[in-house]
Amino acid sequence: MSKINNAIYEIHAIDALASKDRWVNRIHPLVKLIITVVYILAVVSFPKYDVIGLAGMVIYPIAVFMLSELSFWDSLRRLRVVLPFVCLIGILNPLLDKNTVLIAGTEISAGVLSMITLIIKGIFSVLASYLLIATTSIEKLCYALRLLHIPKVMITQFLLTYRYITVLLEEVNRITQAYSLRAPGQKGVQFKVWGSLTGQLLLRSMDRANNVYENMLLRGYQGDFMHMRERIAFRWHDMIYFLFWASMILLFRMYPVMWIIGNLIGGMLA
Amino acid sequence: MHMADALVAPAVAGTLYICSTTAAAYSIKQVRLDTDTKKVPVMGVMGAFVFAAQMINFTVPGTGSSGHLCGGMLLSALLGPYAGFMAMIGVLFVQCLLFGDGGLLALGCNIWNMAFYGCFIGALLIWKPMMRSGVSKTKITAASIIGCVLTLQLGAFSVAVETFVSGITELPFVTFIAAMLPIHLAIGFVEGLITAAVLLFVYEARPELLFCHCETERKDGRFSFKNTLVILAATSVLIGGVLSLTASSYPDGLEWSIERLTGTTQLEATGEIQKAAGSVQEFTSLLPDYGFKGSESELGTAFSGIVGGLVVVIVCVGICYIFKFFRKKKRHE
Repeated sequence: MSKINNAIYEIHAIDALASKDRWVNRIHPLVKLIITVVYILAVVSFPKYDVIGLAGMVIYPIAVFMLSELSFWDSLRRLRVVLPFVCLIGILNPLLDKNTVLIAGTEISAGVLSMITLIIKGIFSVLASYLLIATTSIEKLCYALRLLHIPKVMITQFLLTYRYITVLLEEVNRITQAYSLRAPGQKGVQFKVWGSLTGQLLLRSMDRANNVYENMLLRGYQGDFMHMRERIAFRWHDMIYFLFWASMILLFRMYPVMWIIGNLIGGMLA
Repeated sequence: MHMADALVAPAVAGTLYICSTTAAAYSIKQVRLDTDTKKVPVMGVMGAFVFAAQMINFTVPGTGSSGHLCGGMLLSALLGPYAGFMAMIGVLFVQCLLFGDGGLLALGCNIWNMAFYGCFIGALLIWKPMMRSGVSKTKITAASIIGCVLTLQLGAFSVAVETFVSGITELPFVTFIAAMLPIHLAIGFVEGLITAAVLLFVYEARPELLFCHCETERKDGRFSFKNTLVILAATSVLIGGVLSLTASSYPDGLEWSIERLTGTTQLEATGEIQKAAGSVQEFTSLLPDYGFKGSESELGTAFSGIVGGLVVVIVCVGICYIFKFFRKKKRHE
C-alpha cells in the first residue's frame, strides 16, 4: 500500500526539514506559532469578494519559502488532502450566487469571485501551517504550547502519538504487505479477517504501550518529559521577526496595499 | 470530514475552540483523578494506533468500495470517554500539522465534530448504558454500529452548520444537510461494522481491555445516569441553540427564493449573528468594497490590482534576496 509508504515518507521528510539549522528554524517556536495563527486568522477573515486584498497576503508564504529555502513543489502535495473538499464547496457558488460585481467596467459573477477567494484562502492557510511545521520540530512546537499553558498531560500525549505514528505505520505496512502477498489481486482486507487482522495489531500496540510505560518509569518518568524543562531563549531578533510580521499582516489585512501601489504607479504613468 | 481553515469564519472557529477546550479540560481533570499514570502512554500509543489503522482499506462485501475504522468509537470503547477524547485530540493535532488534514484554526471544529461526538456521545450515551448489564457479542456489534452511525451523523450535521454559519457556501442549508447526511449514514454503517469486528476480536482475546467490562462486575454505576442526563441536556441545548440561530437567519430557504422573485440581487442578512458579524467585518475592513463598485480610477481596478500585486511580490522577493545575501556574507566572515 503506497499510501502508508507515502505517510511514512512525509513524516520523515518533515522531520528532516524541521531539524535543519537554518535561520528561520532558529526563530523562537512561540513566535512562529503565533504568527501562523494570526496569518491564518487574517486570511480567513477577508470578505468573500475581496480577491485583490486577499492576494496581498501572498507575501508571507513567499518570504518564508525563500528564507527557509523550502521546496514550494513539495508543499503542494499537502494541498491534495484539503483542497478537493474546499473546491467542492466553492464550485457551487458560481451556480448559486447570480449577483454580479463591476470590475474595470466588466461585470463579473460574484459567485466566481467567492469561489476564487475560498480556494485562495484554502491554499494560503495550508501553506502557512506547512511553513510552521517544516521549520519547527514538533518538540519545539510542544514547548511553545507549554508556554501557552497547555497541560502537560496533553503535550505528553501529542509527543507520544507523534513518536509512535511511524512505528505503528511501519507495522501496518508489514501486516498489509504480508496480507497482500498471501491474497493477491484483492483491493483491501476481506470481511472475514477485519477483526483479527486489526485486532492483532491493536493487542500488540497495547502491549507495546505497556512496555513503553514501564521503560519510561525506569528512566524516571513522573508525568512529563525532562527536555521540556530546557528553556529556549527568547532573543531580540525573535521580537523583531514577530513585530515585523504582525505589522505586515495587519497592514495587508486593513489596507488594500497592492491596489494602492498599483494606483500610484498608474497615476505616475498617466 | 476534516474541515479546512478556509471553511470556517474566525468567530465560528473561536466558538468551537472554546467548546472543545472545555471538554478537554473536563477530560484532563477526569484522567488526572484516575491515579493510574499508565493511561497517558497508553493513550499516546493508542492514538498512533488509530492513525495507523485508518490507513488499512477494508473491502466492503457486495460493493466495490472500501471503508476505514472509526477512531473515536474504538478509542472510547477501549480507554473510556475521557482518555479516548484526549487520544483523539492527539491524533487530530498530528494529522493537522503533519499531513495538512484539517487546519490549525479549524482544529477546534474538528475536535468537536469527530472527537467529542465519538467519545462523549458514543461512549457515555451508547456504549456505557448498553454494557451496564453485561457485555455480549450482539451488544458490542449493536453499540458499535449505532454509535458510529449516530456520531458520524452528528459530526456531518455540525460540519454543515459550521460551514453555513461561516457564510462560506451559497448552498441553502437544507440542501447542504440533505447532501451530507445520507452519505455519512452509509459511511457510518460500514465504519460501525469494522469497529465492531475489531472490538469483538478484543472481547474474545482480551475482554478485560474493554471499557466498562470490569465496572459491570463491580456493579459500579455511580455517576453514569446523572452524567448521561447532563450531557443529554447540554447536547439538546447546544443543538437547539444552533438550530434556532440558523433558523432565525435562514428559515427554510424560502426567504432566498422570495428575494430571487422580487428581483433583489443583494441577500439581506436578517439574523442577529449575521448583523453582529457584519459590523465586525465592517470594522475590520476599512475599505470594504474598494475593488469593485467604488473605483473611479481610469486605469481600472484590475490593472491597479495586478500592477500593485506584481510590485509587492517583486519588492518582497528582492528584500528576501538582500536579506539572504547579507546572511551568507556574515556566515562566510
